[in-house]
Amino acid sequence: MFENLPLWPVRASSTAGSVDALYIFLLTLCGVMCIGIFTMIAVFAIRYRRSAGNRAEPIEGSTALELTWTFIPLGIFIFIFVWSAAIFFRERTPPKDSTEVYTVAKQWMWKFQHIEGQREINELHVPVGRDVRMIMTSQDVIHSFYVPAFRIKQDVLPGRYTTAWFRATKPGTYHLFCAEYCGTMHSGMVGDVVVMEPAQYQTWLSGGAAAGSLSNTGQGLFQSLGCSTCHRLDTQGRGPNLTGVFGKPVLLEDGRTVTADENYVRESILSPTAKVVSGFKPIMPPFQGIVSEEQLNALVAYVKSLSAQPSGAAGTPNLKPPPGETPSTTQ
Amino acid sequence: MATVAVPIERENYLNKEYGVASWLFTTDHKRIALLYLLSITFFFFIGGFFALLIRLELLTPAGDLVQADTYNKLFTMHGQVMVFFFLIPAVPAVLGNFLIPLMIGAKDLAFPRINLLSWYLYIIGGLFMMYTIVNGGVDTGWTFYTPLSTQFLDTHVVAAALAIFIAGFSSILTGLNFIVTIHRMRAPGMTWSRLPLFVWANYATAIIQVLGTPVLAITLMLVALERIFRLGIFNPQMGGDPLLFQHLFWFYSHPAVYIMILPGMGVVSEIVTCFTRKRIFGYRFMAVALIAIAVLGFLVWAHHMFIAGISLYSALAFSLLSYFVAVPSAIKVFNWTATMYKGSVSFDTPMLYALGFIGLFTMGGLTGLFLAALGIDVHVTDTYFVIAHFHYIMVGGMVIAYLAGIHFWWPKISGRMYPEFWGKLAAMIIFVGFNLTFFPQFVLGYMGMPRRYWQYSPEFQVLNVLSTAGATILAVGYVLPMVYLLWSMRYGKLADANPWDAAGLEWTTSSPPTTFNFDETPVVTWEAYNYDELDAPKEVPLER
Repeated sequence: MFENLPLWPVRASSTAGSVDALYIFLLTLCGVMCIGIFTMIAVFAIRYRRSAGNRAEPIEGSTALELTWTFIPLGIFIFIFVWSAAIFFRERTPPKDSTEVYTVAKQWMWKFQHIEGQREINELHVPVGRDVRMIMTSQDVIHSFYVPAFRIKQDVLPGRYTTAWFRATKPGTYHLFCAEYCGTMHSGMVGDVVVMEPAQYQTWLSGGAAAGSLSNTGQGLFQSLGCSTCHRLDTQGRGPNLTGVFGKPVLLEDGRTVTADENYVRESILSPTAKVVSGFKPIMPPFQGIVSEEQLNALVAYVKSLSAQPSGAAGTPNLKPPPGETPSTTQ
Repeated sequence: MATVAVPIERENYLNKEYGVASWLFTTDHKRIALLYLLSITFFFFIGGFFALLIRLELLTPAGDLVQADTYNKLFTMHGQVMVFFFLIPAVPAVLGNFLIPLMIGAKDLAFPRINLLSWYLYIIGGLFMMYTIVNGGVDTGWTFYTPLSTQFLDTHVVAAALAIFIAGFSSILTGLNFIVTIHRMRAPGMTWSRLPLFVWANYATAIIQVLGTPVLAITLMLVALERIFRLGIFNPQMGGDPLLFQHLFWFYSHPAVYIMILPGMGVVSEIVTCFTRKRIFGYRFMAVALIAIAVLGFLVWAHHMFIAGISLYSALAFSLLSYFVAVPSAIKVFNWTATMYKGSVSFDTPMLYALGFIGLFTMGGLTGLFLAALGIDVHVTDTYFVIAHFHYIMVGGMVIAYLAGIHFWWPKISGRMYPEFWGKLAAMIIFVGFNLTFFPQFVLGYMGMPRRYWQYSPEFQVLNVLSTAGATILAVGYVLPMVYLLWSMRYGKLADANPWDAAGLEWTTSSPPTTFNFDETPVVTWEAYNYDELDAPKEVPLER
């Protein structure tokens, strides 16, 4: 039983080290505080224990002391806040060239769609040293994507995308846990993140029987669902031309401007009347309940690919891009 | 402690009337406090039983003792019962009810009938909770997160929500009663700056109860409406927002943490001063800190949601505000410690508990700094680190403070002394058992074990075994006081009016007090905790 007693989690991502550093700092700080306070209590308890000759001395308090132990802790707290906020800021700001993995969580499994077209369940293969951005949604309740070895966790919500990113630094197999209680088999909603050397990863990628890239699948759906009849790519149709739209500001009919991110594209497919682009009529039918979460991801990936910069930015250079696009990695 | 033989026949609130009706229709705040004492003890042991089953299941990594659904129900109902039916009413409704009128020199609370009504509401809520438990339970988690609770479960969600909804009104009415009582019923000379900190603490608590609980009521109502009428308030497919639920829920449930800890802080202030024979160090700062916690406590709710999908900047704001609320808590710990300086310290059972409280609350508070730190919270939230943290506050803090208070005021409540040896023994057992149960959970959490897991990865087993071992010790520690306190009601030494030579008006009347507390309305001419004055003139060289 005791061989199973590691007291520290594996450190396998670029952020894990900085989280551990702050954690160790806090452990030290709080350890010192605890020992200090407990020692004071113990010393006072023994030194001033009740005995025949010992009378309590009346002391009202001391404003100077009160101010000292108000403002010194406050200063320390603000220091901790700034440090921890800096880590959080990095955790929430994905690097520009991240590879993207679309994730659909459901009771009680994790489904992953790589942009190269590979699909996995409860297993996520990623290469070491590459920034990976998870674009996640749930098809039922709230789940949470948690990889302790990476020190990252992000709730996965129905009806929207949430994102997380990491850069794995050490090959190996790590726990993937669902961290938000999601019903009966919450504790069974676990999987493995397999971090591989880049060469191995390429082998793994080419080994799968993927039917084209994710945006390729999206392109097919774009045709078969009839999107392309209005959203024409050569000219402005009854719907906006989607070329180059992703990642750009969009002027809406009501005068607002929003950025065309994943959540905007998603919402515009499911309930198009929510944000109508300026100059267009609200004639598009809602696709809520018509497309599955996986199909939606493919469509989003396709719309993104229409704004992809010329190849060379990042992504997977040794994969043949479908005609007219590169695997999209830019936002 | 010299026991002056008080003739037991002397009329007091306990022997004035007999019979069930004299209790069920009483408007005496002391009798209502005892009704609460009985009912919350009942729920404490129910919630504790669930906890024990949880710990037994977690002895092994496999889910083998109970079914997954059963396990989910166990932790759900453990949380709901403990939070809403034990912790929230514990100190205010039992000790606060009993002591506030005594401490301010009043005959009763401002609204004695409303006080009885709030106990009945608690009982009706409790009956709904029992109905839920007996009929197969509920498995939403105590947090009722949507859309799981509204669309995906077919257990007794509405009954459980209703139970908490109704018990909430009991809490609101108690808070209202306390606020009015403390404003209007103080004896002549009992100015705000002479109030015992226990009264300040319950006042701060009452503010939260009155302002926060209605939001919980509304939230649970919305959950019930969404379930029954298939509305789309939280359902994203109908344009609702599941995060809205979390905001509403935590807007109450974070301040509720302070409902659970502030009264405990009040108890500890009374005890530390008495057993060091000192005034509280920095009375004014202690009182202001209580109010500051109550106010700031309303501004930090989204620190439960850093990874839930809120924006980066709101996460930053709520993290910073969470650090602000830590300051007054730190001030309190420093002041309790400083109170011991140059005191005359004795170690009776209440003081042992109070010292335990300071230590455990310090650890609970300091680990809160970890959770408020955004970068670390991402890793440890929803893991056993959080479980350990809030049990250090709620059990290490509140339950210990409650036990401290029960022992301290037991002579006043029952007119009898508890057995000191057994009291100390139980305090030690609880302290050891508690730490063994919950300390390993900090380690488990940082290692990454998520909370609410019925089965877990084998590398977590050793620490879970330690935790379960601790829980069994803790259970023994809880049963002991139950046994010897009951025993002492019949066989304990008779207590005189003031067995601890304590300051405070409640000790100037007989033990147990008469129905109207004081024969004459007291006039207060002294500050709180005037132990220097109490001890000075007498100079009795006899043993205490």
